[in-house]
Amino acid sequence: MIKLEPRGQHSKLMAWLSPVLAGVLTLVSGATLFALLGQDPIEALHTLLILPVADLYGVSELFVKAAPILLCAIGLSVVFKAKVWNIGAEGQLLMGGLIGSACALQLIDAEGGWVLPVVLLSGMFGGALWAALAAWLKTHFNANEILTTIMLNYIALNLLIWAVHGPLKDPEGFNFPESAMFSDSALLPTLIEGTRVHYGMLFALLALVAVWVLLSRSFLGFQIKVLGLDARAARLAGFREKRLTWIALLISGALAGLAGVGEVTGPLGQLVPQISPGYGYAAIIVAFLGRLHPVGILLAGLLMALIYMGGEMAQINLGLPIALTGLFQGMLLFYLLACDVLINFRIRIPALAKPVAETIAIQEETAR
Amino acid sequence: MDIDLLSNILYAMVRTGTPLLLVALGELVCEKSGVLNLGQEGMLLMGAVVGFVAALLSGSLIIGFLLAILAGVSMSLLFGLIALGFSANQVATGLALTIFGTGLSAFIGSEFVGKPIDGLDPFALPLLSEIPLIGKMLFAQDLVVYLSFALFFAVYWFFRSSRAGLVVKAVGENPHAANAIGLPVMRTRYFAVMFGGAMAGLAGGYLSIAYTPLWAENMSAGRGWIALALVVFASWKVERVLLGAWLFGLASILHLVFQGLGFSISSNLLATLPYAATILVLVLLSRNQVRARLLAPISLGKPFHANS
Repeated sequence: MIKLEPRGQHSKLMAWLSPVLAGVLTLVSGATLFALLGQDPIEALHTLLILPVADLYGVSELFVKAAPILLCAIGLSVVFKAKVWNIGAEGQLLMGGLIGSACALQLIDAEGGWVLPVVLLSGMFGGALWAALAAWLKTHFNANEILTTIMLNYIALNLLIWAVHGPLKDPEGFNFPESAMFSDSALLPTLIEGTRVHYGMLFALLALVAVWVLLSRSFLGFQIKVLGLDARAARLAGFREKRLTWIALLISGALAGLAGVGEVTGPLGQLVPQISPGYGYAAIIVAFLGRLHPVGILLAGLLMALIYMGGEMAQINLGLPIALTGLFQGMLLFYLLACDVLINFRIRIPALAKPVAETIAIQEETAR
Repeated sequence: MDIDLLSNILYAMVRTGTPLLLVALGELVCEKSGVLNLGQEGMLLMGAVVGFVAALLSGSLIIGFLLAILAGVSMSLLFGLIALGFSANQVATGLALTIFGTGLSAFIGSEFVGKPIDGLDPFALPLLSEIPLIGKMLFAQDLVVYLSFALFFAVYWFFRSSRAGLVVKAVGENPHAANAIGLPVMRTRYFAVMFGGAMAGLAGGYLSIAYTPLWAENMSAGRGWIALALVVFASWKVERVLLGAWLFGLASILHLVFQGLGFSISSNLLATLPYAATILVLVLLSRNQVRARLLAPISLGKPFHANS
């Protein structure tokens, strides 16, 4: 029989070790799964995790995939610090893509350097607007943000599908549910010639630094953290809870919106129904896995992007279903939560442990 | 509006509300014991995929439903192990269960997308189903719908008149006091979580075997989350769960009603209705903070550790 015994304090070491442990356990489970499916586990894991980044182009694609995930996850790290459970990064991303696309299509004949910033800002506005709805519902009506943000995700998805079938559909597009291609001045330039790595990755890195400064070097960030740790203490200290909730949600929404508009103006170049293969949900895992810390999030975000690419690679090379990606994401999060128990508890196996009296006797002996 | 159309709308309302009713009843019992399981959507999807595949491969709908329930229970035990056994954060664990269930169900079902089975047929009760207006709604449904009526009355009786129901409520209101007088807090919570899993699994099976007899990725379309909101809407009262589930059933088929009446509104826009209605309901019910706090089980979502 295994027993859990409270440590009495947080283990800093375990807090950082647990994501690594979760990763290892996911790999072991993955290998077992591949073996059960009749694949060579080593070759399958190689296909999943090494092959996608075996060449420079692969590495560049990793950054393309990581950009939206990172932007969403960084935003989530701010709200999660405030213990506001924004599960709506996916919907905020979609709204960013939708509003940004509407703006880009309005400006389809415009030229000049101002077009792209306007489109990007409108995308951030779209994401922030969607998060603002959740903030309003939470602060004014006390509505649970987990449920409202999830509902807003479904609404955003349906609005997006409606828009590409209706008002934003390309009139010359043979009735395909797609918008027209954006004009060149509304497209995000690539960072590195010959690849698809676009400014979104740069935005993500800037956001990482900005959020790090916000959370660890500013009074506002301090207030957000206090609110998350102990809402009563924050109230007693005179911090304005509702204002902080609004700010945290707006930051997170705007960053998710930027992720969305970055996708439509970057790799896609137009509005399509599938902007995101669940980046907003994956970002939740990334935020937890990265311990809400910028460096952790960067590493976890790259890992998540790799899992997305690996899933595609496994589909092409091994004929495995693309849903493998979601399965690995889910396993990773589950193992993380299970391993996190070691932060506050240590495992004791009473059958193996020496009785307390004996231990004390030994200690006294050695003390003498 | 003629009476036949109205009778058909009521029939579809109950049919569509059934998976919501099942999931919400299960989650209600779970929450009454103080456990918030946000993994309903994941359990629902697992029930749907396992039920469908089992029914397809075995050719037996009963085996499909039984395995759907088993899948829901297994998923709920996974949740129980981490959220109860390891005292992990229930919100995060529930989310993980949903993400995991979504991924795993898509993985299991990837080879079965679009394959047809002969679904569960309605079974009209003689005479009773002839009653005008409500006859079709209540007595011309399939067996799972009738089962959902029975389960509704069972849960109602459970909390109203049974000793076990009192134990569940005591554990949910004050686990430490319950523990002090010798009630098995952990065992009660595990059972409540497993009941929730069984109900979500059954609801999933209903979706893929009876409601639309096929499997599609993410086919539950947020029903697990709507059911969670329904429990809030019902203020943790069993009788209101039934009302809420049918109202949401109605909101989900409104696009059919509108089309039937000849309005032309985009079906994608109308598809947002149940989700918007959920938000509206949450707003109305949570507006009064004190009331909202008094209605919810006091220890809801808080981990319990016997020696702390």
